[in-house]
Amino acid sequence: MRTFLCAALAAALPGLTMAGGTGFAIVPNERGDTLSILSADHQVVRTVDTCARPRGVHFNADRSAFFVGCADDDLIAIHDTRTFEVIGRIRNVAAPETFDLHPDGRRLIVSNEEDAAASVYDVETGEFITEYYTGEEPEGVQVTSDGRLVFVASEAANLVHVIDLEADEVIADILVDTRPRRFALTPDETELWVSAELAGIVNIIDVGTLKLVADIPFLPTGFRPEQVTPVDLVITRDGSRAYVALGRANHVAVVDVPTRKVIDYILVGKRAWGLELTADERTLYVANGLSDDVTIIDTDTLTPITSVPVGRVPYDILIDDH
Amino acid sequence: MITRIFLVIMLLAAQGTAAQDVARVVYLGIADDPHYEPRPVYTGLSLRDRTRPLDGARVAMRESRILGRVLGVEFALEEMLVAPGEAAEAARVAFAEGALGILLDLPADELAAIVVPQAAGLAINIRDRDDRWRGADCKPGLLHTVPSTAMLADALAQHLRARGWERILLLSGDHAADAGEADAVRRAAGKFGLTLAADRAFQLTNDPRRRDLSNIALLTGDARYDVIWLVDNDGEFGRYLPFATYLPRPVVGAEGLRPLAWHWTFERYGAPQLNQRFRRIADRDMTSEDWAAWAAVRALVEGVQRVGSADPARVAAFVRSDEMALDLYKGTAGSFRDWNGQLRQPLLLATHNAVIARAPIDGFEHRIDTLDTLGVDAPETACDQ
Repeated sequence: MRTFLCAALAAALPGLTMAGGTGFAIVPNERGDTLSILSADHQVVRTVDTCARPRGVHFNADRSAFFVGCADDDLIAIHDTRTFEVIGRIRNVAAPETFDLHPDGRRLIVSNEEDAAASVYDVETGEFITEYYTGEEPEGVQVTSDGRLVFVASEAANLVHVIDLEADEVIADILVDTRPRRFALTPDETELWVSAELAGIVNIIDVGTLKLVADIPFLPTGFRPEQVTPVDLVITRDGSRAYVALGRANHVAVVDVPTRKVIDYILVGKRAWGLELTADERTLYVANGLSDDVTIIDTDTLTPITSVPVGRVPYDILIDDH
Repeated sequence: MITRIFLVIMLLAAQGTAAQDVARVVYLGIADDPHYEPRPVYTGLSLRDRTRPLDGARVAMRESRILGRVLGVEFALEEMLVAPGEAAEAARVAFAEGALGILLDLPADELAAIVVPQAAGLAINIRDRDDRWRGADCKPGLLHTVPSTAMLADALAQHLRARGWERILLLSGDHAADAGEADAVRRAAGKFGLTLAADRAFQLTNDPRRRDLSNIALLTGDARYDVIWLVDNDGEFGRYLPFATYLPRPVVGAEGLRPLAWHWTFERYGAPQLNQRFRRIADRDMTSEDWAAWAAVRALVEGVQRVGSADPARVAAFVRSDEMALDLYKGTAGSFRDWNGQLRQPLLLATHNAVIARAPIDGFEHRIDTLDTLGVDAPETACDQ
């Protein structure tokens, strides 16, 4: 019944659905144990129950399903992208936080926050394949497009671990600034950007040499340095622009990637963490963890279009639009 | 002759290379310390028993395993319990043998005897909150991760100020630590513009001739106040105070809303992860004392990481410097005050099962660092080390 309603809604809004997707945004609510589903015209059209303390989300290879990491249930739920029904579970995954899907579409590399490990699961069989030891509180996971390297940030150890999947080992541990959280790769994959939450900056690592080459500091007007706590970051496909969610500073920073300069700060809700761009990159969604809403930004004008109330403590965002 | 009870835990499997740096962290306590004796309450209830904060240090050591791998440093925690009167000598020997840091879990007289040599590792007080160690009796080289009495009082005073609960009824007992703590409350009240509607001493007695000192209705009557600030390190009077007062007013301080370094329910800034890690190792909830021990080890590890070596003097210099930025899991990075060695840190205001606020409370500003709105600031310090 609800599935039907949902499909009917999508059908009723043909102008707003994107090619190859419903245009729906999926927002896991960490304290609500639910997913808020936003339509392309920014309405909450559905709230779906999921597992306990949902955080990281990621599509499968053909985007027909998506994964939700549930730390308090020690499992990853697999939801159907169209119906949102749970169609599978990867069990016994110790406190999953975030993950990335290998280009082979089979291997999901998961950070296990409580276990100081990054583990690898086969998403088709749900089987555990292997794990690599990291510093405490591993968080961001990033696989390179050639599928060879995996970067894992360890929040508590201030390290970025570099895993070589072919060699099956950790080949480097890069010391970065305090509390590294998430990654973004430039499109040519020569630079890895890492948010250092407590340092209030983004560290840039040269992927060729695995060395730190630059930092980008942030400070929106009216905030103290300790309130600037960057977490999620995304870089546009043409490599021109980056967006960085500044956490307690309640802003998203807009960075010119070639010059590494901040060009604007956009006011959003409280404790902005999760970010996601639409397929056409003209709209940016921001999950505001402490105001329980999602801010939607027009990236042409760099102004917020609206903020939509969702569930308790929204963490991350997926958009089904391509 | 030093009596030592050794329990050495090598937390990192030796990599087989003799050249590997060893970062030796010593926990120094007194064997059979009365502080840790069971404190049964009438009828054998166990309400105030203390546990040595070793688990806090152990959790921090565990967190450092991978870092050790990366740096080629072996972090080792040595748990040393000595006979009364022998702490100073044990510390001297440990420093002479190249200890990176010593966690001091000592009674006041033992702490007073500690001498921190120059160009050595760090001595870190993880137990004593008394302001005198950060003031008149401060020692060169001694650091404190445990917050001072003044910091705790300031944190609570900020909250009362922010809430507009300005008139305080101060009730204090006659435990050895109560006088100093009551002084800190009076000072904090002055600092943050609160008024003492009444300042009363209580006694634990049933003597009808002294009922003005023991009867809760009498002690909490005949004054106009917004809040009762209780100073009661013994605890036996205080636990009967809330909900038994003459006026319907909240109790803060030793009961009700308490200022703390840490709380087992704190759910921001990564705290749930630390609490879960601790619970898994210790099978109990993390206390403020555990947190102080944890923070002390983390400070040493951070120093090793940033200096790139386990050389005690270099690590100590870095840890004391203003370059230090320690992740305290309380939202703001910590460093040590150069005027008295105290760790700057946010403090939590918590009930028995929830954190109500985090100090510094929004709106209290400082010309340099808002964390320095808590405790005795540089211009006022009595420490002339």
